[in-house]
Amino acid sequence: MSTATVPTGVDRVERDAAPPPRREQRRVPRWVWVLVVLAGWLAIWSLTKGTHTQYLSGSDQTDFHARLSDRVSGYSSNPVATAIADFINVVVGFLRELIAIPTRPRPAPTIGWLGVVAIATWIGYAIASWRIALLVAATFLSYGLFGYWEDAMDLLVVTLVSVAFAVVIGFPLAVWLALSSWAARWVTLVLDLLQTMPTFVYLMFVLVVFGIGAPTAVVCTLAYALPPIIRIAGFGIRDVSPAAIEATNSLGATMMQRLRKVQIPMARRTIIVGLNQTILAALSMAIIASYVAGPGLGKPVIAALTESDFGAGLVPGLLIVATGIMLDRMTTAASERSERVARGGGEDPRRRRLVLGVLLVPVAVAVWYSRYAIDAALFPETSWARSVADWANSWMESFTSAADTAAGSFSDAISYGLLNPLQSLLADSPWWLSFLGLLLLGVVIGGRRAVVPTLLCLAGLYLLDLWHDSMIVLNMTLVATLLVMVLALVFGVWMGRSRTVDVVIRPTLDAGQTIPAFVYLIPVLALFGSTRFTAIVAAVVYAAPAAIKLVADGIRGVPDVVVEAGRSTGSTKWQEITKVQLPMARGSLVLATNQGILYVLSMVVIGGLVGAQALGYDVIYALAHTDYAGKGLAAGLSIVLLGIMLDRVMRSAAARAGAGAVQRQPRAGGRWWH
Amino acid sequence: MRILNRRRASLVAVTASAVLALTACGGGTVEKETKTNESKAAAAGGECGDLKIIVNPWVGYTADAYVVGAVATDKLGCNVTYVDLKEGGPSYQALKSGDGDVILEEWSHAAELKTAVDDGYAVDLGSPGNVGIIGWYVPDWLAQEHPDILDWENLNKYAADFKTSESGGQGQFLGSDPTYTQYDEAIVKNLGLDYRVVFSGGETATVAAFKKAQENKEWLIGYFWEPQYIHAEVPMDRVKLPEYKPGCDADKAKVACDYAETQLKKVAATKFMESASTAADLIKNFTWTNDDQNLVAKYITADKMTPEEAAAKWIADNPDEVEAWLG
Repeated sequence: MSTATVPTGVDRVERDAAPPPRREQRRVPRWVWVLVVLAGWLAIWSLTKGTHTQYLSGSDQTDFHARLSDRVSGYSSNPVATAIADFINVVVGFLRELIAIPTRPRPAPTIGWLGVVAIATWIGYAIASWRIALLVAATFLSYGLFGYWEDAMDLLVVTLVSVAFAVVIGFPLAVWLALSSWAARWVTLVLDLLQTMPTFVYLMFVLVVFGIGAPTAVVCTLAYALPPIIRIAGFGIRDVSPAAIEATNSLGATMMQRLRKVQIPMARRTIIVGLNQTILAALSMAIIASYVAGPGLGKPVIAALTESDFGAGLVPGLLIVATGIMLDRMTTAASERSERVARGGGEDPRRRRLVLGVLLVPVAVAVWYSRYAIDAALFPETSWARSVADWANSWMESFTSAADTAAGSFSDAISYGLLNPLQSLLADSPWWLSFLGLLLLGVVIGGRRAVVPTLLCLAGLYLLDLWHDSMIVLNMTLVATLLVMVLALVFGVWMGRSRTVDVVIRPTLDAGQTIPAFVYLIPVLALFGSTRFTAIVAAVVYAAPAAIKLVADGIRGVPDVVVEAGRSTGSTKWQEITKVQLPMARGSLVLATNQGILYVLSMVVIGGLVGAQALGYDVIYALAHTDYAGKGLAAGLSIVLLGIMLDRVMRSAAARAGAGAVQRQPRAGGRWWH
Repeated sequence: MRILNRRRASLVAVTASAVLALTACGGGTVEKETKTNESKAAAAGGECGDLKIIVNPWVGYTADAYVVGAVATDKLGCNVTYVDLKEGGPSYQALKSGDGDVILEEWSHAAELKTAVDDGYAVDLGSPGNVGIIGWYVPDWLAQEHPDILDWENLNKYAADFKTSESGGQGQFLGSDPTYTQYDEAIVKNLGLDYRVVFSGGETATVAAFKKAQENKEWLIGYFWEPQYIHAEVPMDRVKLPEYKPGCDADKAKVACDYAETQLKKVAATKFMESASTAADLIKNFTWTNDDQNLVAKYITADKMTPEEAAAKWIADNPDEVEAWLG
C-alpha cells in the first residue's frame, strides 16, 4: 500500500514561517512547561486511573454508532448508484473479456497475450520512444513468465478505467480550481480530507453503496487517485506566468480562449505530472481493492497473506511495483516527447507516421496469431514464480529463526519500557484528564496558533465515541514516529554527510517505499507475533524512508561555507553535526517528523490486521459486519482527526521555531520512486 | 538515424524470434479448444456458463472452492471465477447483487442467512459434509503438563502465566481474525475470567502463534477451529467451557457457554440455482469430509501447491466421489 500522495500541504510550513527568531528575553523554556504539564497529568492520573476511560470493547458499539450505521445503510441500493455500478460493470467487463479473461466457450480472451504484448509495445513506441517500448514489452512478458498474466491484465483494466474517470472528473475541477480562489480553498479542504482518510474507511462506505466487485474497486481507486490530478493540474494552470496572461488579455481574448490557447498548453508539463501521480495513486490501491473482490494483482497478495506464504506474495507484489515503474516512465517520457514536439523538435512527423503505420503490420499479425494458436493466446505455464517464492521463503525462514530471540527482546523492551507506560497514561486516564493534558501540551508545544485546531480535534474525538481506542492509536503513532525519527537522524545524517553512503542506502529506501506493505507484513508477523509492536514495525518500515531522505537532503543543503567555518574553529565531528548541521537543517527535521506522523497514521488500519487492536481493528471489523459500519466510519474519522491535530501542532511549533528561515525543502513523498 | 533504424530492426527481429520460439513448440489452436469446451458442455447435458464461487479467507475454504471449481471447469466446461471476500456481510451482499453465486462454507451468520432466505435472493442448500467446531484451545504440551487447564474453572489460576506485553496485566486470550465468528470477549466477561482478548488479526497469525507455542513450550490459549489443516501438524487440545445449549448464544453480549458445533452450510443465490446452469446440480451434490478438506488444505500450505494443483491432485485421487457429485 505504498502511496503516491502525502496528505496536506506541508510545504506551507515554509511560507507561513515567522521571521528569524529574535533573542527572547529569558523566559521559562518550553520543555520545562512540557514537564510541568506531564507532572500534573501524572499526579492526577495516579489518583484517577482506570475511571471514565470511555473504554468500548471490540464487539460493542454506542447508540451514536448504531445511528450512523443506519444512516450509511440508507444509501444502499440507491438507483443512481446502481446505474453507475452497472455502467462500470459493462465497461470493465468488456475490457476484461478483451484482454484478461476467457470468453467461454473460447478458452482465451478475445486478444491473446501475444497480441496484447504487441499492441502495448507499439503504444509505448508511439507515445514515447523505443526504450519505453522495450520496457513495456519486458514488463508484460514478466507478467506471463511469472504466471500472473490474467491478474495483471485485470489490474491494468481497473487502473486505467479509474484513471480515465479521474481525468474526466478531475480535469474540469482542476480548471475551476485554477480560476477561482474560492474554489481553491474549498476543493483543497475536501482533497485534504480525501487524502488523510484511511483508504479502508471509504472502501467500507463505497462497499455499502456499490456492493461487491469491480464498481467498488473502481470507485475507491478513483476517489484515491482524484486528488493528485486536481491539485497538480490546477496548480500548473494557475501558475502560468502572469506576463503571458497579461499579453492575452491585452489582445482581448475571452476567458475560454485564454484557457484553451495559453494556460492549458503552457501548463502541459505540470498537467502530465498530475496524470502521472494519479496513475501511481490508482495503482497503490491495487491490493486494498481486492478486499472487495476487485479484480487484479492484489488478489494473490492477499491470498499469500492468508496462507502465510511470503514468497507467493512477494512475486505479485513486485509485479505491481514493476507496473508502477513502467507507467511512471511511460508518462514521463511521453510528456518529454510532447514537449519536444510542441517546440518543433524531434523527427519529421510524416516519416514518423509512416514508421508507426508500417509497424502496425507485425502488430496485426501478432493479434491474429494470438487468436489462432493456443500458445499465443494463453501464456505457456512456467515454474518461475514458484522457484522465486521458494527461494524467498527459505531466505525469510533463515532470517526469522536467526533474529527470533533478539527480535523478541527488542519488542519486549519497547513494549514494556515505552509503549505500555505511555499507553497507560493516555488511555487509562479519565477522558477529561487526557483531553486537558493533550490540549495543554498542544498549546505549550504549538503555541497560541495551535489552541483552536487542537481543541476542535479533541472535541471531535470525544464526540465520535471512540476516545479510548483513539488514545491507544495516538500512543502507537507517537512511539512509531519516535522510532522513525531515530532512524531518520542516524541514517539521514550519515547519508547527508557522505555521498557513497547515500548511493548505497537510497535504493533500499526506495524499495521500502514501493513494496506493498502487505508483502512485508508476513516476515514482520513471523518475527514479532500479533502485537502492537508488529504494527509499529510495519508503520516504521513504511514511514522511515521518506523521513530519512528528507533529513539527508536537509543536511546536504547546509551550505559548505558554514560547515567549513565550523571546521576552521576546530570543532569536532560531533560538534559539527549537533551545533551546525542539525540546527541549520531544522526545517527539514520538522518536515520529516510531520511526514513521519502522517505516513505512520496511514498504516493504522493495516496495523489492525496484525494485532494492533483499537481504531484499525474497528475499521476491519466493520468491513465484515455491515451493522457496525457506523463504528468503522467513526474510527476512520478519528484517525483523520488525530492526523490533523498532530499536523497542526507540528506546523505551529515549526512556525514558532522559525524553521522556515532555513532553505526550502523538496517535497517528500510527491513521487513514488525516483 | 541509421543507428536507430538498426536498433529498431534488431528489436523487431528479437521479438519475432522470441515469439516463434515460444509458440512453435506448442501446437494446438484456439478453435480446437473451443470445440472441446463446447462438447464437454454438451456431454454434461447443457451449458454451464459462469460460476462465481465466493471464497472466504481461510485455507479450508480455499480447498472447497478450488475442488468444486476444478470439477466445474474440467467436467462441465464452466467459466469459473473465484470471488475473494470476507465472510458474513460482504459475502451475502455478493449473493444479492449477483457478483457471487455460492458460499460453500457458511459457519454461523444465522441472521444474515435468514434475511437472505426471507428476501428470496438466497437458498440454504444444507451441509457440504463438514462439521465446524469452534472453541478455546491450548497447545498440547500445556495440556500434558497441566491437565487441569482443560477446564475453564481453573483458567484464572493460570492467568498470570498467560500474561504478555499486550494483555495489560491480565492473561492473554488470543482471538483470531476480527471478522470471524467469535464472541470470546463476552465469554471472558460473563464467566468472570481474568483474561483480555487480543486479536491476532487472522488465520496466518493464529496458526503461527500455536506452532511457535508448541515448539518453544510457550503459554498460549486462544480461539481455534476445526476443520483446519494445522491440527495434523501441531497437536492442540480443547478447553472445556460451560456446555452449549440451544439459545445460550442468542444474545451475543450475554454468552457464557461454549460455541455450538456447527453443520456448515452451502448457500447459493436463488437466481443461480433457478438458472439452467449445469453447475447448479454440482453445487447441490457437493459433499466431503473434514479429512478430505484438511488433506487439500495441507497440499496448499505445507506442500506449497497452488490451489489449482492441490485440487487437481485430490480429484485425480478420488474419482468416485467426484463422479457422485456429477450425479
